[in-house]
Amino acid sequence: MALKGLDIFKLTPKTNCKDCGNPTCMAFAMKVAQGAVSIEKCPHMSPDALRQLSEATEPPMKTIAVGEHKLGGETVMFRHEKTFVNKNLFALYLCADMSDADIDAKLAEAMKVDYERISERMYVECIFVNVSDTQTAERGIAVVKKAAETGRDIIVRCKKPELAKEIVSAVPVKVLVGADASNWEAMNAVAKEKGLVLGVSGKDLSELYDTIEKLEAAGNKNLIINIGGSSIKDAFAAAVQIRRAALKDNVRAFGYPSIVNVERMAPGDHVLQAALASLFELRYGSIIVMGRMTYADALPLYGLRQNIFTDPQKPMKVEPGIYALNGADENSVCAITVDFALTYFVVSGEIERSGVPVNLLIADAGGYSVLTSWAAGKFSAGTIAKFIEEHQIESKIKNRTLILPGKVAVLKGEVENKLPDWKVVVGPNEAIQLVRFLKDYK
Amino acid sequence: MPFTAKPRKFSAGIIEIPLGVGQNAVTIGGGNVLPLYYFDNPAKNPPAVGVEITDTGVEAAGLPELAAYYEGANTPAERAKKAAAMEGADFVCLRFEGADPGGLNRSVADCVAIAKEVVEAINKPLVIAGSKNLEKDVELFSACAEVCSDKNVLFLSAREENYKTIGASCALAYGQKVGAESSVDINLAKQLNVLMTQLGVQPQSIVMNLGSAAAGYGFEYVASTMERVKLAALEQNDTMLQMPVITPVASETWSVKESIMPESDMPEWGSLEERGIEMETVTASACLASGCDAVILRHPTSVKAIAALIAALL
Repeated sequence: MALKGLDIFKLTPKTNCKDCGNPTCMAFAMKVAQGAVSIEKCPHMSPDALRQLSEATEPPMKTIAVGEHKLGGETVMFRHEKTFVNKNLFALYLCADMSDADIDAKLAEAMKVDYERISERMYVECIFVNVSDTQTAERGIAVVKKAAETGRDIIVRCKKPELAKEIVSAVPVKVLVGADASNWEAMNAVAKEKGLVLGVSGKDLSELYDTIEKLEAAGNKNLIINIGGSSIKDAFAAAVQIRRAALKDNVRAFGYPSIVNVERMAPGDHVLQAALASLFELRYGSIIVMGRMTYADALPLYGLRQNIFTDPQKPMKVEPGIYALNGADENSVCAITVDFALTYFVVSGEIERSGVPVNLLIADAGGYSVLTSWAAGKFSAGTIAKFIEEHQIESKIKNRTLILPGKVAVLKGEVENKLPDWKVVVGPNEAIQLVRFLKDYK
Repeated sequence: MPFTAKPRKFSAGIIEIPLGVGQNAVTIGGGNVLPLYYFDNPAKNPPAVGVEITDTGVEAAGLPELAAYYEGANTPAERAKKAAAMEGADFVCLRFEGADPGGLNRSVADCVAIAKEVVEAINKPLVIAGSKNLEKDVELFSACAEVCSDKNVLFLSAREENYKTIGASCALAYGQKVGAESSVDINLAKQLNVLMTQLGVQPQSIVMNLGSAAAGYGFEYVASTMERVKLAALEQNDTMLQMPVITPVASETWSVKESIMPESDMPEWGSLEERGIEMETVTASACLASGCDAVILRHPTSVKAIAALIAALL
C-alpha cells in the first residue's frame, strides 16, 4: 500500500516494451501505484520483484478465517479513524480436567443464550477446550467430541504435539492453540496437516515475535496470537502493544488476530470476567474466552460489540414493521417513529417503562434520526401514509390513534389529510417524556 | 531479532483535579498516556470509582442484594456512610432524584439539609448530582454549594442552558468543582469548556461529563467521543479538552430494559439484579477503556469488580 509509483518503477524491467498495454514502464508503474492495474499485467517482472511487491502491498493485519467467521483484517487503532472490520468472537472455556457433569452443565447453560438483536444472531460462536499435558488422549477426545456436538467452532489448547495430533485427528477442530518457542515445529506440522489455525504464545513479546517469524519462515501464515498468561496487566499491555506494532510500526509478525482467556485471568469471578471482556472488546481481543455465558453476561457484552463494530459511516437500522410492546393488541394505540436503531431502543425502552400497551410502528426512514430523516424527506406525511399502506396496518390494527414524534409536529395536518380515518396526536419531543405522556394519555 | 515495544508518552497531559479536602481528597485526571495504557507510563492517578445513592433511596427496590447492603440505613446520610465504606469506593455521589419537579418535587431547603448532613457524615469526597431539571438544578446547586463550602464538592452538571448561573455560583462564588455536561459530541464538549472558562471558571475547576449510554444503546458514540477527546487533549495539546472525564454510569445502566425487566416477564434472562450488575460493570469498563477518569456506580458487586480491574491494570 505504501509503495509509490517510483518505487514500483525501479522494480520494472524499464524496457518500455508496451507488452502491458502502457506506453512506458513509468506510466505502468504509476497505474499500479494507484491500484488501476495489477502488477501481473507485466509479463517481464522478475519473481524477486513480484515477491517484494506482494509483501509491500500486503495488508498490515491478516484476515484469518475460523469456521464461517473472519477475524483480524483491521487497519485502524480507533473506530472513528475509519471502522473496525471483523467483530470479536466469544468462546466458552472448558477443561478436560473438569467433571462430565460440570462440562454438561456449562455447555447447556451457554447454549441457552441464542437470540437475535438488530438482525444479528447472538450466541457463543466457539468452544475452547483446554487439554493439559497430563491428560490422556482418550479423555481429551471425549471432551472435545462433547463440545463439538453443539455445532460451534472448536478451539483446542494443548501443548503436547502428539496429544494434540490424536485429538484433532479424531474430532473436527478449527483452531489449535499451544505453539511456543519449545514445540513450534511439531505443533506446526499438526496444524498444517489438518489445515487448522495455529495459536502461538511466548513468555514475552520478543520470544513471541521470534516464534512467529520461524513459523512464517516455515510457510505458516494461518496464525492467531495467544495473549498472555494470568496477569491482567500483562495481557492488556500485550494486546495493545501487538496491535500497535502491527498497524503503526509495520511489524508484520504481529499482524494477526488475538485470543485472550479471561477465565484464566479471573478464575470463577464472572463479574470481573465481564469487565475484562468489555475491556478486550474495545482493545484488541479477537477471540475472548469466558468461563461462562449467561444472558446476564451476553446482553451487555453482545450489545456493546454490536455498537463498537458498526461502521461509523453507516447508520444502524432496525427492521421496519409493527412492534407490539407491553402486550399490545389490535385495539392498542399506535406510535410511529424512524428505523434508526438508537431511536428505536430509546423509544421502545421508554414505552416499556410506561407499561402502557402500544403498537410501535417503525417506518423505513433510511436509518436516520427523526429530524435528520425528516429534513432529508425520508420521514414525511407521504412516507408515513405509504408505510401504513404497505405494511397493511389498517387491516392488522383496529385502533385508529397515531402518535407522532413531537419533533415532527409540523406533519400533523398533512398526515391527517393523507390518513383521514386516523386521529393524529403529537407526542413529546424527547423519548424520556414518553412515560408521563402515555400515562396521562391513557 | 528481539522485539521492543515503543512506549507512547505525550508531552501534553490531562489536568489533575482534587475532589474533597485533606486526607480524604481524591485526585482525578493527570497522566500523559492513552486511557489505561500504564505500560507506556505509570498511572499518575488511577481512575476513581464513585458510589451513587439517591435522596429517595428507591433505587434499591426490587434488588435484594443492594437493599441488604443498605439495610438499617434509613436516611440519606446513613446510606452515604455505607456507600463511602463500600469496598473499592473512592467517593460518594448524592443524586437528588426526589428534587425533580415532575416527581417528588422535594424543596430546595429540604435538599440542602440532606446535602449538609451527607457531606458531614462521610469521610470521602462528595459529588452532588441534580434532578436533571435545568431550572431546579440551578437553585439546588447554588444552595448546596453554599452549605458545602470548604468541602470541595463536584456538581453534576452544568449544561449549555444553565452553565452561567451554575458556573458563577458553584465555582466562582464558593470555589467548588463543576461538571460540564454535553451530549456525546467532541465539539459540544469543547464549546462548553470554552464558554465556562470565558465566564472565569478555571480549567482546574471543570470536570467533563461527555454523556453516556448503556452498552448496546449507541455506546459507539460514547466510545468514539471519549477516544477523540483524549487524542485531542494528548496528541494535539488541546487545552480546552484536557479536563478529566467523569461518567455517571449507574443512572444510565439501571434504567435500560436489561436491568428493569422483571424475571417473571423474561424467565430465560435470569436474575434481574445480576443482569443489572453486569450491565453496569460492562458499561463502566468500556467507559474506562475509552477514556473516562471517574465512573459513578451503584451496586457493591460492580464497584468491587471495577475497582479490582483498575487495581490489576496499575
